[in-house]
Amino acid sequence: MQEHFQYLYEMLTQVQGYIYPNEIDLQWGLLIVLYPYITGLVAGAFILASLERVFNVKVLKPTYELALLTALAFLLVATMPLISHLGHPERFYEIMITPHADSAMAIFGFVYLWYLMVVLLLEIWFDYRREIVIWSRQEKGLKKWLYKILTLGVTDLSPRTLRWDEKIGYFVTVVGIPSAFLLHGYVGFIFGSVKANPWWSTVLMPVIFLFSAMVSGIALVLVIYMGVSYLRRKKIDMKALDTIAKYLFYILILDFTLEGLDQVHRIYEAEESFEILSLLVHGPLFLTFFIFQIFLGTIIPLVSLGILQLYKPGEMARRTIYFISSILVLFGIFFMRWNVVIGGQLFSKSFYGFTDYKIRLAGSEGLLWSMVWIILPFLILAFLLWLLPPWKKAEAKSI
Amino acid sequence: MKHSRRKFLKKAAAGGSLLAVGIANPFNAIIFASEKPEDPSKPWWGYGIDIEKCIGCGRCANACKLENNVSKEPFYFRTWVEQYTIKNDGEVKVESPNGGIDGFTQTVPEEDIFKSFFVPKMCNHCYKSPCVQVCPVGATYESPDGVVLVDKDYCLGCRYCVQACPYGCRYIDPIEKVVDKCTFCYHRIIKGKTTACIEVCPTNARLMGDLNDKSGELYTFLKNHNCLVLKPHLNTGCKLYYNELNAEVS
Amino acid sequence: MPPQLKTLIPLFILFILAFLIARHFLVPDSFGKEGHYRFESVEDNKEMPMFYAGNEACAECHDKAAEMEYDMHADLTCETCHGPGMAHYENPDNKLIMPRDRSFCGLCHASNNTRKYKLAQVDLEEHNPGMKCVECHNPHLPWEIAE
Repeated sequence: MQEHFQYLYEMLTQVQGYIYPNEIDLQWGLLIVLYPYITGLVAGAFILASLERVFNVKVLKPTYELALLTALAFLLVATMPLISHLGHPERFYEIMITPHADSAMAIFGFVYLWYLMVVLLLEIWFDYRREIVIWSRQEKGLKKWLYKILTLGVTDLSPRTLRWDEKIGYFVTVVGIPSAFLLHGYVGFIFGSVKANPWWSTVLMPVIFLFSAMVSGIALVLVIYMGVSYLRRKKIDMKALDTIAKYLFYILILDFTLEGLDQVHRIYEAEESFEILSLLVHGPLFLTFFIFQIFLGTIIPLVSLGILQLYKPGEMARRTIYFISSILVLFGIFFMRWNVVIGGQLFSKSFYGFTDYKIRLAGSEGLLWSMVWIILPFLILAFLLWLLPPWKKAEAKSI
Repeated sequence: MKHSRRKFLKKAAAGGSLLAVGIANPFNAIIFASEKPEDPSKPWWGYGIDIEKCIGCGRCANACKLENNVSKEPFYFRTWVEQYTIKNDGEVKVESPNGGIDGFTQTVPEEDIFKSFFVPKMCNHCYKSPCVQVCPVGATYESPDGVVLVDKDYCLGCRYCVQACPYGCRYIDPIEKVVDKCTFCYHRIIKGKTTACIEVCPTNARLMGDLNDKSGELYTFLKNHNCLVLKPHLNTGCKLYYNELNAEVS
Repeated sequence: MPPQLKTLIPLFILFILAFLIARHFLVPDSFGKEGHYRFESVEDNKEMPMFYAGNEACAECHDKAAEMEYDMHADLTCETCHGPGMAHYENPDNKLIMPRDRSFCGLCHASNNTRKYKLAQVDLEEHNPGMKCVECHNPHLPWEIAE
């Protein structure tokens, strides 16, 4: 605690102008930046997977399961930054038992559970049920038991039942798309509905969050697909890669347009808060907003992906450009979340000044823990790929 | 069709006259808290601050910390005092060193000052509180007599209410890790005492009272002064009324 | 019915039932009695300890009016300067504070243009530096200046 006070005294010296005394202690730090970032990756990866299934985009088949498992791996971690930032993490269950109907945050638990249990787990289960049953018969030891549990006792592999897998799985995916929209649009609403904060309070916030989620999720699947192919020393399916990159390009245009519209609207209306927000983006947020989010994270990928739509160089060059663009997009969207969450707290609600935020290394809000929440999904994904390898699906044959 | 149209016109006319009454109402501050609870026999607490009287001694902020066991560190205040200085060139300077507890100095020379005054700040106990609205678990709520309270045994410490408060009146208690804020000294007012801040104010710049009591102290204060609330455009239903509030104050 | 649903539907029902049972035991008793909150919390808030006793409590033993003779400070409550008095009210052996520093008087009376025309102002640096205010001014009768 003394350490925290020391940090606050340091921040006190960084205050410019006037801020309310209670505002020096910035409430939502790095962990809350990660929360919309991770849920966004989930929603985006899921929507990419759904494209293949619902809209029957066959070229995306190689990434379908990979995208689903990526979404699951990140979704399992999505609540961790949230819970660990609470003052009393042991009380988190209250949000499930007494959700306050007026609160934008209250139904997060239910939205999350719906998405996890009704959408993602079910879709993966229906998609893999045939293989799980087969593997539960072929594998040995621990793995056999894991598969046996995962079958949930439904071991029927008759063509009729397999058709049901297909049908219900399709239905779940159809339900899943609005659910994914809900999950992330809703996260945007948590910020967009705070009328006290002019940097957050915009009706476009849920839509912007949604599209940036799609952009980041697609970029993530692209990177993971390339990474996994490299590790498995398999040839990358360039058709799938080109198609994903095309989607990334189109949705990036939409996302950029929406964010641009939001800013143009702000600038044109120039409400009471305009001066302070203008100082904010040109001052404390200049680097993360103009350089990281817009230039590196949006314009460079937009231009490079755009060029590839017109002119197609060799595979190696395309792969490199796709990879770098995706990494830049992921970097840019992280700073988009940063600019929303941290940026919204850097200026005083009195509109008379700014406070400062410095990332600390240790502590539950610190950099080290945040790294854990970023790395953990990849470990979970590695486990899921070991348990449910998409590339072995085709080989699985019933005995 | 014609019938419903006439009905609508009638309604609109009624609405119009209602609005006219509202604007013509001399107690304009009351408009902001117009949706009163139905039972006028129960008290409904509100608060008044006379900026004209405040001398910036910071005794209120000091007493509040002592009465309510608020951390002495200068980052946690249930109430604090701000010194506003509007210079002749139009620049607005605001300061609140340690919430005003250690007093104020005026560094702007007198000839440069157009106007200067102290503004005590505290929870507005809004009737349509954004903080109550956003609490995901019902750990902050408006009591039946109109005081916004915190349930410290139930608060998660999610800090959404701190973000939602437009007035910066909430903080996370550094020891208990739950949210904390002004309670109108609830433990005092229900025993017939006044709040600690009002108790120690040497100039009677602060007062509180029952908004249902038409002859009460607060109601009289609202009638006799042209009171305003902070950030009225946010429509939070503030029940903290300021006399002589300048537009520069936010 | 497909065999998958035969298994999944009971599982989901079981899950929801388990949730409802847990909820039944976890929700605090007084929750929702008046509104969406734990009603007992209002009582908790009422039971916080008091530190300031209030002017009426002082008047039970001390005749402030007689002592201060309606001088400038007569309108002040005792606890404005003497601090929280509940401990003293409950047991007079607990003494109150008697602030004697120049800085304490300066909280109100140090020159500040913001309050210049509202009350007596003194430039603490020029006005008898080094002396305590109370050496000349009786805080209870501030206009009676000692020789």
